[in-house]
Amino acid sequence: MSDLIAVAMSGGVDSSTVAALMKRDGYNIAGLTMQLWNQRRLPELAAEEGATGRCCSLDDVYDARRVAEHVGIPYYVVNLERQFEESVVAPFVDEYLAGRTPIPCTLCNTFIKFDQFLELADSVGAKAIATGHYARVTQHPETGRWELRTARDFSKDQTYFLWGLSQNQLSRTLFPLGDMVKTEVRDLAIAFNLPVAHKGESYEICFVPNGDYAAFIDGYLREKGVDRKETKGAIVTEEGREVGRHSGAHHYTVGQRKGLGVAAPEPLYVISTDPKSQTVTVGGNQSLLRSTLVVRDINWVSWTGLSAPARANVRIRNRHLPAPATVYPMEDGRVEVRFDEPQRAVTPGQGAVLYSGDLVAAGGWIE
Amino acid sequence: MQHSYFDHNATTPVAPEVLQSLSASMAGVYGNASSIHHFGQAAKQRLETARREIAALLGCDPREVVFTSGGTESDNLALFGIARRFPKSHVVTSAIEHPAVLNACAQLQREDHQVTLLPVGGSGIVEPEELRGVLHKDTAVVSIMHANNETGCLQRIPELAALAREAGAVFHTDAVQTAGRIPVRARELGVDLLSVSGHKFGAPKGIGALYVRKGVELSPLLYGGRHERERRAGTENVPGASAMGTAAAGLQLWDGVRDLRDRLERGIVERVSGVHVNGDPVQRLPNTSNLRFDGIEGEAMVIALDLRGFAVSSGSACSSGAVEPSHVLLAMGLSPEDARSSVRFSLGPSNTAEEVDGLIGAVEQSVAHLRRISATFSRGTVYV
Repeated sequence: MSDLIAVAMSGGVDSSTVAALMKRDGYNIAGLTMQLWNQRRLPELAAEEGATGRCCSLDDVYDARRVAEHVGIPYYVVNLERQFEESVVAPFVDEYLAGRTPIPCTLCNTFIKFDQFLELADSVGAKAIATGHYARVTQHPETGRWELRTARDFSKDQTYFLWGLSQNQLSRTLFPLGDMVKTEVRDLAIAFNLPVAHKGESYEICFVPNGDYAAFIDGYLREKGVDRKETKGAIVTEEGREVGRHSGAHHYTVGQRKGLGVAAPEPLYVISTDPKSQTVTVGGNQSLLRSTLVVRDINWVSWTGLSAPARANVRIRNRHLPAPATVYPMEDGRVEVRFDEPQRAVTPGQGAVLYSGDLVAAGGWIE
Repeated sequence: MQHSYFDHNATTPVAPEVLQSLSASMAGVYGNASSIHHFGQAAKQRLETARREIAALLGCDPREVVFTSGGTESDNLALFGIARRFPKSHVVTSAIEHPAVLNACAQLQREDHQVTLLPVGGSGIVEPEELRGVLHKDTAVVSIMHANNETGCLQRIPELAALAREAGAVFHTDAVQTAGRIPVRARELGVDLLSVSGHKFGAPKGIGALYVRKGVELSPLLYGGRHERERRAGTENVPGASAMGTAAAGLQLWDGVRDLRDRLERGIVERVSGVHVNGDPVQRLPNTSNLRFDGIEGEAMVIALDLRGFAVSSGSACSSGAVEPSHVLLAMGLSPEDARSSVRFSLGPSNTAEEVDGLIGAVEQSVAHLRRISATFSRGTVYV
């Protein structure tokens, strides 16, 4: 029999279609679902009735199991809750409290899905893993280096969350949906008669199903018994004039417009937050524009490094269109990005991903 | 792929003669055993035949056998049936019991009963002296399992039951893992209540029994008709009881399984380094081997072995299928890491020497592979 491949199954349409496709194409596969978070821990944050795609709910495990049965493959649930809390949830909370806006999906991909899960897959005898991510992996014909490329369906591209992958991880990962558009995947799911073919999608962070991060952080700290100081402070303009009060800087994120509770002649946005002084600074749209940023903790994905300034398109948010820039290597290994045109809401703590065409050159965290 | 079954402590295959008895009573004996007509009488006869067969298995009077839906109900009926007659009384059990007992006791605690959990040492066996130390005049019921489902360790029931009796407490034993497998004689054990589950010895799921010694008063769990001498309301499951009776009557006890279990354990210990038996290696069921593999994740090994065609288990599966470290092994003093690196092999009469040899080879290969991986992955932390 051919080498075993482990399919990471979330119970959603994409990973379910991967399982059905690979089975059809004759791969020797097993389905695994990672139990990452116990949704019952903070029940007040449950998604509204009818919402779907909350990861790790019993419903999703049920769906994944049904799909595995339908496709006719062995299926297992593995518990990675402890690692997920250590590597993803706790850093997420810390970052938020430090006034940055972290992306847990990148941490999860780097430390859980393509690390702990890959190890687990290896443990049970699988040579590689397959996931429902929209991205492509190629190998350089001369150097043999593994390269990560954007999905053919750029509107679904998920490389913004995959910049942490190492060469070893890329060499052992299959993204069977990378060359498909979403409608093709949905059509395939229907053609395979998958029980989840019509399931909706979720765009929220999996462990905060209702999208209220501040309430999650408050609830998480309360559960941990962390006694927090009063988090109240002033909302000030760039000139330092107080225009309002707030009940915790972690409720605000750069670029946010709604929920400020401040009346002003022109629309106001959060320009920055300072957790130490509990100050939230607001200003007009112009004040959100930045021409430069510095990227730390760079992972060189398809490129091997940078010895001289180079041109790249840089993406600073998931749905951000990569913007043309010149990238400069710094002596300490960081990279300075100078955009051709100023970009709106550069947010510390988010990822910055450097693209060269469809190639993911490198990625890191915005300082 | 050929699949071999080494998880008999979870459940057992239905024996062919049992299946025949089951389908015959389902097809032909559909009367309600409480009805006075011909059809009711036929059902009643089946039911009472089954009761005599279970009584013969347990060495008791048929009137002392109450049919239930299985081990969990039997355990609940025993504990609630006694404790609720004595409000705020004292209940004693052990830290290694099945959740059917532990969670029933947790509920009794919420109902204002005082609950004592007896500890066990590394042997996995409750010391009678521990029980002696906690008994007092308000102790209503003591519940200690006959054999543990994870380690197979046999508890010293005659001594424990005698101590409880001296103190005036009712003694219950969960004999789900022993009844139908090794000799279980209620009188010789000296117990007042004893739980049996059909599917652990070749009967289908959904049928069990509680031995209630003559003279022991129980308050019921369910309120309804006057079935089972007013101890268990609900129309009797005649096909299930009949199947369990057939399984008990045609039984060959599992002593022959001991040779296969020993062959498995010897084979693994000879070919794999860093293997330890969890619990007392002598005082245990003849079919169970709970082994700890240094540096191995038990859950990963269970999956790896399943993908090679061998069904074994680690810990107890929760509703989502994810595995928690065993409370039994933790109670025996193992660290969570050691508990997670343990795997349970439980054999049955249908296993063969060829299957055992195949399993030994698969374990050897899986352990070698798993250890190679944990050496490659640099973090050095173990999974789960």
